[in-house]
Amino acid sequence: MINTRVSVPANANKGEVIELKALIRHPMESGHRRGPRGEAIPRDIIVKFECEYNNNKVLSVDVHPGVSANPLITFYTIATKSGYINFKWTDQHGQVWTDQAKIAVS
Amino acid sequence: MRLCVFLSLLLIVHSSEQLASYADMMPPPEKVVSGYEFLTVESKSLQDDEFANPGMLWVDRGFELYSKEVFGNQSCSSCHGNDGEKLIGIAETYPKIDSQSGELINIEERINLCRSRFLAQSHLPYEDDDLLALTAYVTSKSRGQTITRDWDEELEDHVRAGRIYFYNRRGQMNLSCSQCHNDYWGKSMRGETVSQGHSNGFPTYRFEWQHLGSLHRRFRDCDLGVRAEPHEGGSLIYKQLELYLRLRSEGLTIESPSIRR
Repeated sequence: MINTRVSVPANANKGEVIELKALIRHPMESGHRRGPRGEAIPRDIIVKFECEYNNNKVLSVDVHPGVSANPLITFYTIATKSGYINFKWTDQHGQVWTDQAKIAVS
Repeated sequence: MRLCVFLSLLLIVHSSEQLASYADMMPPPEKVVSGYEFLTVESKSLQDDEFANPGMLWVDRGFELYSKEVFGNQSCSSCHGNDGEKLIGIAETYPKIDSQSGELINIEERINLCRSRFLAQSHLPYEDDDLLALTAYVTSKSRGQTITRDWDEELEDHVRAGRIYFYNRRGQMNLSCSQCHNDYWGKSMRGETVSQGHSNGFPTYRFEWQHLGSLHRRFRDCDLGVRAEPHEGGSLIYKQLELYLRLRSEGLTIESPSIRR
């Protein structure tokens, strides 16, 4: 069961630097581990994380097997105008999870 | 000398048989220190951060299951409040005796009993992800509450059994829980600092597991660590140990979902 959590300030002043956080529940299996019987555990990771603020890309991250399970990504952007911030995770099989948060800029 | 050792052993056996009151079963009168105090600054801040704490992923999922209508229009929230307000402060009262069956149950089993008695749902196996999520949600409702309990006479035998398990040596290493967690807490064992072994943070997100896990999973790890035969999650002896540990951690606050190494 994969679920996500995102943190965006509800209100901000125009021009203010805001902190965004995105957390997803994912095993991030590196593909380098072996199970109790010595069998290789297949790789299963998120490969891309993207964030768009009113359809403008503010962050794009390529994720590699070294990242631990349930990755937390914290980053910053400048509040420009009210609208929606979209978060998108893509795994190696092309499956996508999205989350959205609203921000009011005054 | 030998006689002396024999006599003191007799005395130990005798005293463990003769625990008259709950006061006798309390932890050794040292300062009670939560596992939190043994974390690095970064891990502490991760636990304190209500958003970034990865255990909250399970709490979220637990709330989803809690509010989901599964039996007609009934869900857990039909009885316990839309936001779980009737669950506040109940975590510290478990394990306790189920009045219907007369058996010792912990929160996991209470959830399963509620599911079968009132919601016509299947029994979730121990360590099942949904069961962990529900347990994390229920326990998180008591976050920040101090553990204090009025002890019930009917629990006495279970507390005694848990205490004996705690003090008995076992496994190829011939170690008891007490030797690490009472005698040597605060000292180093390889790269780790030995904690007092309190249960106030469970279910906890352990870095070693990269996953939320129950207290019984932790017991199994400890038993495997001393190369003893571990018991099944949800077994009576682990519930008794859980009960003894609740008593032992009196005065600490419930931290679940906590972060532990």
